[in-house]
Amino acid sequence: MVIDQSKMQSLADRFVEAEVKGRSPWADARRRFLRNRAAMLGLTILVLVSLFAVIGGQFAQWSNEELDFSVMGQVAQMGQPSLENGHYFGTDNLGRDLYARVVQGTQISLMVGIVGAAIAVIVGTLYGATAGYVGGRTDQIMMRTVDILMSIPYMFVLILLLVMFGRSMSMLFLGIGLISWLDMSRIVRGQTLSLKNREFIEAARATGVSSFRIIIRHIVPNLLGVVAVYATLLVPLMILTESFISFLGLGVQEPLTSWGALISEGAGTMNYGTLWQLAFPLFFFVITLFGFFFVGDGLRDALDPKER
Amino acid sequence: MFAFILRRLAVAIPTLLLLIVFSFVLMHLAPGGPFTGERALPPQVLANLEAQYGLNDPLWLQIWNYLVSVVIHFDFGPSFVYPDRTVNQLIANGFPVTLTYGGLSFLAAVILGVSLGVVAAIWHNSWVDYLAVGISIGAQVLPNFVMAPLLVLVFTLWYRWLPGGGWSFNDPSFWVMPVIALSTSYMASIARITRSSMLEVLGSNHIRTARAKGMPEHRVIIRHALKPAMLPVISYLGPVFVSMITGSVVIDIYFSTGGIGKAFVDSALNRDYAVMMGVTILVGALTILFNLIVDVLYAWIDPKIRY
Amino acid sequence: MTKLFATTALLTALAMPAFAVQPAEGETLAENQTYTYWLLDAIKSLDPALNTDVEGSDALRSLFEGLMTESATGEMIPGMAESHEVSDDGLTYTFTLREATWSNGDPVTADDFVFAWQRVVTPETASEYAWYIELMNVDNATAIIAGEMTPDQLGVAALDDRTLQVTLSAPTPYFLNTLSHATTYPVPRAVVEEHGQAWTQPANIVGNGAYTLASHNLGVEIVFQKNPAYWDAENVVMETVRGVTVNDTNVALTRYQAGELDRVQIPAGQFPRLSEQFPDQAVSVPQGCSYAYVLNLGETGPEALKDQRVREAMALSLNREVIVDQVLQGGQRPAYSWTHWAIDGFAAPEDGMQDMPMDQRLERARELLAEAGYGPDNPVRLQLQYNTDESHRLLAIAAQQFWRPLGIQVELNNVEWAVHTDRLQSGNFEVARYAWCADYNEASTFLDWFRTDGYNSGKWSNAEYDQLLADARTAEDTAPLYQRAEEILAEEVPAVFVYHYAKVDMINPAIKGLPRENLLNTWYAKDLYRVAE
Repeated sequence: MVIDQSKMQSLADRFVEAEVKGRSPWADARRRFLRNRAAMLGLTILVLVSLFAVIGGQFAQWSNEELDFSVMGQVAQMGQPSLENGHYFGTDNLGRDLYARVVQGTQISLMVGIVGAAIAVIVGTLYGATAGYVGGRTDQIMMRTVDILMSIPYMFVLILLLVMFGRSMSMLFLGIGLISWLDMSRIVRGQTLSLKNREFIEAARATGVSSFRIIIRHIVPNLLGVVAVYATLLVPLMILTESFISFLGLGVQEPLTSWGALISEGAGTMNYGTLWQLAFPLFFFVITLFGFFFVGDGLRDALDPKER
Repeated sequence: MFAFILRRLAVAIPTLLLLIVFSFVLMHLAPGGPFTGERALPPQVLANLEAQYGLNDPLWLQIWNYLVSVVIHFDFGPSFVYPDRTVNQLIANGFPVTLTYGGLSFLAAVILGVSLGVVAAIWHNSWVDYLAVGISIGAQVLPNFVMAPLLVLVFTLWYRWLPGGGWSFNDPSFWVMPVIALSTSYMASIARITRSSMLEVLGSNHIRTARAKGMPEHRVIIRHALKPAMLPVISYLGPVFVSMITGSVVIDIYFSTGGIGKAFVDSALNRDYAVMMGVTILVGALTILFNLIVDVLYAWIDPKIRY
Repeated sequence: MTKLFATTALLTALAMPAFAVQPAEGETLAENQTYTYWLLDAIKSLDPALNTDVEGSDALRSLFEGLMTESATGEMIPGMAESHEVSDDGLTYTFTLREATWSNGDPVTADDFVFAWQRVVTPETASEYAWYIELMNVDNATAIIAGEMTPDQLGVAALDDRTLQVTLSAPTPYFLNTLSHATTYPVPRAVVEEHGQAWTQPANIVGNGAYTLASHNLGVEIVFQKNPAYWDAENVVMETVRGVTVNDTNVALTRYQAGELDRVQIPAGQFPRLSEQFPDQAVSVPQGCSYAYVLNLGETGPEALKDQRVREAMALSLNREVIVDQVLQGGQRPAYSWTHWAIDGFAAPEDGMQDMPMDQRLERARELLAEAGYGPDNPVRLQLQYNTDESHRLLAIAAQQFWRPLGIQVELNNVEWAVHTDRLQSGNFEVARYAWCADYNEASTFLDWFRTDGYNSGKWSNAEYDQLLADARTAEDTAPLYQRAEEILAEEVPAVFVYHYAKVDMINPAIKGLPRENLLNTWYAKDLYRVAE
């Protein structure tokens, strides 16, 4: 699972080029995006999954933590998906309503994905833009630091952090987000370097606008396309990382859950006649990842069309 | 090129130091120690244990002593949790295993992934292409902690073809499931990248020129398209390698292969400082080495890049 | 267990011929005498002095043999000691060792025992089980562990090569019962001194047990081969014993079903299905461990728990029957006492809450909470801490749901084992999941836990309780004392007892000789044999 860095670079170059020519790449992008069937399918999936996360809870007949004593202890016989007793997706091994739990797991997983990606993108953009704009020795030091950080086995560090600080949402967000900002910072720096000697930046500098304002006002907006595509493609990576952490038992605390936790519970019991416990969370997990990939790829192709 | 390698190696040393110090401090700040068991130890016993492992010294001195022993004697010390073994022995046991199934998975992912990607690109928009894209998309998102128990169920219980776990260097039947479980999703990613980059290269001007000159299609692809199309794949190999090592914990848990992935997670959870540090340093060093190899490879293929 | 009883039991045992397994009438031995059992994790140490866990003890019982060993029902029978004498004051035991050799051909001598026991208490060895020699009341053990005396002052001496004398600091009725524990096994002095910490590695290790170590691939498998030099080798049938590590219990079950393992633990909740499908394989026997939620009553504990009414309400409203019958479902029993129900000579107090119907219990719990000033509108807020494990997780969730309607809001806090024990010891918890397993088959192994100077993480203290247990050490009839002690626990609720363990396994019916009546679930590979199917 990875983001194709060379394509991101090509996209970034295109934005710089567009800035020079004075023609926005956004102009035709919308039309191209709407015409891309895979991307539109992805977008539809994402909208539906988000709706499910937000209002799916309204339709649940059980809360995500109630034990259904009539099912408990005979889940394989009584806990299968059923409209009659209100367990649309069946129950988990304790007789808790799987529908409510999948809704709630969807919320957590989407949140981890989006917040994690946001942290990565924000840190990466600001870091890269600062390094590129300030330049000189600062740039040297900042980028050497990125080189060093690139060589650290991140999953190990994340496991250490979670062991050290215990299981908490904020640590999960931060830890997962901090894994992925390095590539982003490199692309942004490169782009900033090519932007910073343009007339409009020079003009701003001449009128005494502060460096920070220039970065925020003039450099970052020009990076928006790259950032948007990158963020869309990062979200599924974050969701995958979270599922791995949950598998190791270092994820969110009960009674909260996430796709990763639900899938890993369901995978454990797949041979015991309770396959729905795996199927439902896995379904949502898989279609959402598809959705993000399709939309991310579609967005990139729309913004950076290649003649084929 | 030589200067470039030297410069990268020079960066490697501070990187490793940083990693050692960071992990060391983080580990020692974490609640619980390697000797917190169910029963509180008598103070004298605890004092002896701590003296034996040098845990009474100030943190900076512990780090210093550790660095000296690692750098000068290449000795990672005794394990805290497995008192019969030293960390060197534990790594010598587990690492060849991880390297074997990790290396095979890596090869499988690259060879199958690239082939699949190239085939899909050549027969663009045919059923072969759709099939390849479908496989790679599906395989990419199936977590290996779902795939691993599924493989055991199918190949061990239902068909009785393969042993459900364990490890032997002499018997490849033990390698099959670990390699499938570890390589599939990377194979899929590589196929996706190869396909799109191949498509781009095939549409480029110099390929058109080559075709216009009447060169046979297979020569066009092998001589002219493959090499440039590999660039994005190569830059992806570094991250693949690293995530394979980290992902090996899933393999070790489900297939009881005894590799270092499980050793790392266990050591972090049990506060086995010595093993945790040993594995972290090893994986850190490998990561650096592998990124370097990838960069050199990249420069070799793409003459435009100058270091 | 009374002193009198212990002696008689032992005398009967000693009168029997050496225990040997023979296939019963009509059974044919399989040609392939191999037994493959499941290990959850790697065995940490094969050094009798450093071993701390059950899996390690299982392996050590194959590799070594102590003064005593156990029959299939857990009775003491002679091992390395052929016979013994006790002095009139009950303080001196003199053992005569049988003629036996180490696996390298050297004779097993009394000095090997002296060396081994001294090694355990030497602070430099840093044995986590040094307390076991204290439990045996071997003279001066406590002072040596504390570093106040030298190890050679330990009350154990070799009178000659085959005579071992042990001096105790107090008459200890259960002393002989402690002698089959791995910590007391002899170790070969020459080998230990030659190799140091590495003496237990496959190339170096030398034992006196029925098996030798063929290979030990840490975290993958450990293999034992029959030891031809073992004194009773002619009665050992099983040739090869393999312990195979599978970290995931569900995969382990799959591999059992594929025929790769002969014994595996059944995951929580799967026993009913499996015992229906495989009645001859799914086995549930009592296991001497108790599960509880310990309440922190110490200075660091929450104010609400200091109110006895709140604690009682928690104990009343926890529906143990549902936990046992609908979550664990493996023959476990609801716990209303700390001591496991199957412990020898233990009678649980009567007229407890176990006899009240659940709705009355809930009613009573509500009243108590209301008296204490709590209720659904003004809930007691507590944190429940448990260590990472699937069944602990399930139980914690269930407990949370049982308590919530009454106004006891429990927030779950899952931490890993190292953190869990650290917090238990430092009193940094409110409610914590805990379990205790019997070290020997007598109620004090459980009840000592709650003594003021016991492990007692919740810092509960009761003078009468302490006195009862002190009296029990020398009393002729301990049953009423232990019963009273349990009554006090039920009244004051220093912990909410949840369930008494059962060992729930799938066992290949071709494997015979695995003990099913032994509460401590110790098993000896030398007693096993495989019959032809």
